[in-house]
Amino acid sequence: MKTDIILAGVGGQGILTIAATIGMAAVNKNLYLKQAEVHGMSQRGGDVQSNLRISDQPIYSDLIAKGCADIILSVEPMEALRYLPYLKKNGYVITNTVPFNNIPEYPEMDSLMERINKLPNKIALDADSIAKDIGNARASNIVMLGAAAPFLGLSIEDLEGGIKSLFGRKGEEIVESNIKALRAGYEFTKSKM
Amino acid sequence: MQKLLLLGDEAIAQGAIDGGISGFYAYPGTPSTEIMEYAQHSKEVKEKGIHCHWSANEKTAMEAAIGMSYAGKRAMAQMKHVGLNVAADAFVNASITGVNGGLIVVAADDPSMHSSQNEQDSRFYGDFTLIPILEPSNQQEAYEMAYTGFDISEKYNVPVMLRLTTRLAHSRAGVETYDKKEELKGSLPKDPRQFVLLPSIARRNYKKLLEMQPAIQEASNNSKYNKYIDGEDKSVGIVACGIAFNYLMENFNGNCPYPVVKISQYPIPENHLRKLRKECETILVLEDGYPLVENNLRGFFNEGITIKGRLDGSLPRDGELNPNLVAMALGLPICEGEAVPEIVKMRPPSLCMGCGHRDVYNAMNEALLPYGDGRVFSDIGCYTLGALPPFNAINSCVDMGASITMAMGAADAGLVPAVAVIGDSTFTHSGMTGLLDAVIKNSPIVVIISDNSTTGMTGGQDSSAKGRIVDICKGLGVDPDHIRVLNPLKRLHEENLAVIKEELAYNGLSVVIPQRECIQTAIRNKKAAKKS
Repeated sequence: MKTDIILAGVGGQGILTIAATIGMAAVNKNLYLKQAEVHGMSQRGGDVQSNLRISDQPIYSDLIAKGCADIILSVEPMEALRYLPYLKKNGYVITNTVPFNNIPEYPEMDSLMERINKLPNKIALDADSIAKDIGNARASNIVMLGAAAPFLGLSIEDLEGGIKSLFGRKGEEIVESNIKALRAGYEFTKSKM
Repeated sequence: MQKLLLLGDEAIAQGAIDGGISGFYAYPGTPSTEIMEYAQHSKEVKEKGIHCHWSANEKTAMEAAIGMSYAGKRAMAQMKHVGLNVAADAFVNASITGVNGGLIVVAADDPSMHSSQNEQDSRFYGDFTLIPILEPSNQQEAYEMAYTGFDISEKYNVPVMLRLTTRLAHSRAGVETYDKKEELKGSLPKDPRQFVLLPSIARRNYKKLLEMQPAIQEASNNSKYNKYIDGEDKSVGIVACGIAFNYLMENFNGNCPYPVVKISQYPIPENHLRKLRKECETILVLEDGYPLVENNLRGFFNEGITIKGRLDGSLPRDGELNPNLVAMALGLPICEGEAVPEIVKMRPPSLCMGCGHRDVYNAMNEALLPYGDGRVFSDIGCYTLGALPPFNAINSCVDMGASITMAMGAADAGLVPAVAVIGDSTFTHSGMTGLLDAVIKNSPIVVIISDNSTTGMTGGQDSSAKGRIVDICKGLGVDPDHIRVLNPLKRLHEENLAVIKEELAYNGLSVVIPQRECIQTAIRNKKAAKKS
């Protein structure tokens, strides 16, 4: 198996937590992994992305080539579209529909959603509401991870293991709450497929 | 053997720890910062008492590392590429002193300038100082090179440069670790005058360095990091340096049909290149940085075989490499996905909501209205983002500390008042000496030291300036009546505006110090306090 993932969002939205969870799940399964992050200046409210590659074979490049990503997982709707040149032909876009509006020329939501809906393979969900509904408003990024779960090449149990490895130190309650968020995202996608 | 999931930076730190390091020395700078941060969070480093405090700047870090080497222990100085400019005096002379305990200098370059003001290639520094350069192609090599780099340094009596670029520094992968080595016990140099660079001794040391060159070249020729990998198709031979090797292999899924020379240790391995030259009439050079190897292969007259790379347009002359650029240079097809839709707008980085620099710029911009545009010299830090809308507040950002000295030079030219905007950490990094110049001339400038008590842009590392700025300014001789401390809050805008206006009207040196903790570290500290 080999999955190339582009994680997208705005600095501070928590895409590195998603990356770390997938990373933990991959390491627990003894898979190869490469994950390129963006640190430094661009973190400050700018667009950020992380290239995450998992495979059962050795991986060479830290960066994903254009037209080669299996999925784009975005925690922000406009950012979901920024990396389309990297998505392969039948690749999936999984995106949160809640905008992070910190620029004056942010597009109208209607036109933005219209453009997203034109994508051949997409899953779009209001992860913030789902997270709120299950009582963990801060876990919208884990809801998004759950929504992407069917496309990662890892099982939902693998990802739960990743959450346990990552959040274990913070206590059982936090682990459970995040697993709930993961499951909620997962169920959403399942219902759309 | 243990397998860890590490960033390239973290792999270097762990390799140094396992290789018997006694001291990490650094000033924060993207993409090198995480080396020191990893050391600071390591239990082992704490238990062993390995030095891991931030230095005031890269030069002081480099010098302290040389001092530790003198005392017979293993040391590492880590910096971003432009930090090496700051440390260059010490760095270049360290090749002449040689080492006692092993000394590794990590230079983390930033091609494509993700977080930098240029994309200079540190290998050139290593090249002209005649020291070995290690350039890992992946996280495992980064670990190993830090682990064995001290031995190389001690064996050849030279500092060793470990050069990497952003993508490796900030990318994570599994790393297998080795058995831990003990720290050295410490010992004085055998020759008590080895580090005394009086001309007569420096001349002798330099000759020794020159005499060592064939051995250093031989080490490179035989290095396990340098390889000749044969390929059946001799229509082109490929030289792949550092991380470029991965981009090449990515395109062929690990089986390149052409002969390849992988370079990860310098000087350039002559043996492998001679062989490649014999086999191929065309050579493509892939290097993530400036065309160092390519230039060497071309020579002055560029006669004979065809050399392709950044100089003939096969690859762009600037910017970092990636799998697609390498594919293009090889004439391979690229199946790009959909174009970026027009609806996607630029989202440049910006100052955080609630950041004190915002209030500083709001007050400063208003105070400057009567004087007209073009008189604000800034520096390197979060506040450089004041160049962008909505502030459009600053007119320069050149190098660490340049705000004060450039304002002074502009005032000398008649641009009065001129304003300097500098952060607290940048001020103690390189601003203090410039302020002394301004004191001596009583230059008619207003220096705004926007003090957020941290090194913000790199993620909130300790600032050497914390709690010391007013005393430093007084100590340097700034008139205490013109040292004005403010609290940059929206509700105090009118008050702060009045102070800045007063100091702009004063025909002499003023230092205005808006002090309010970085909003990011404030949130973090609050959380930590709540926990405990």
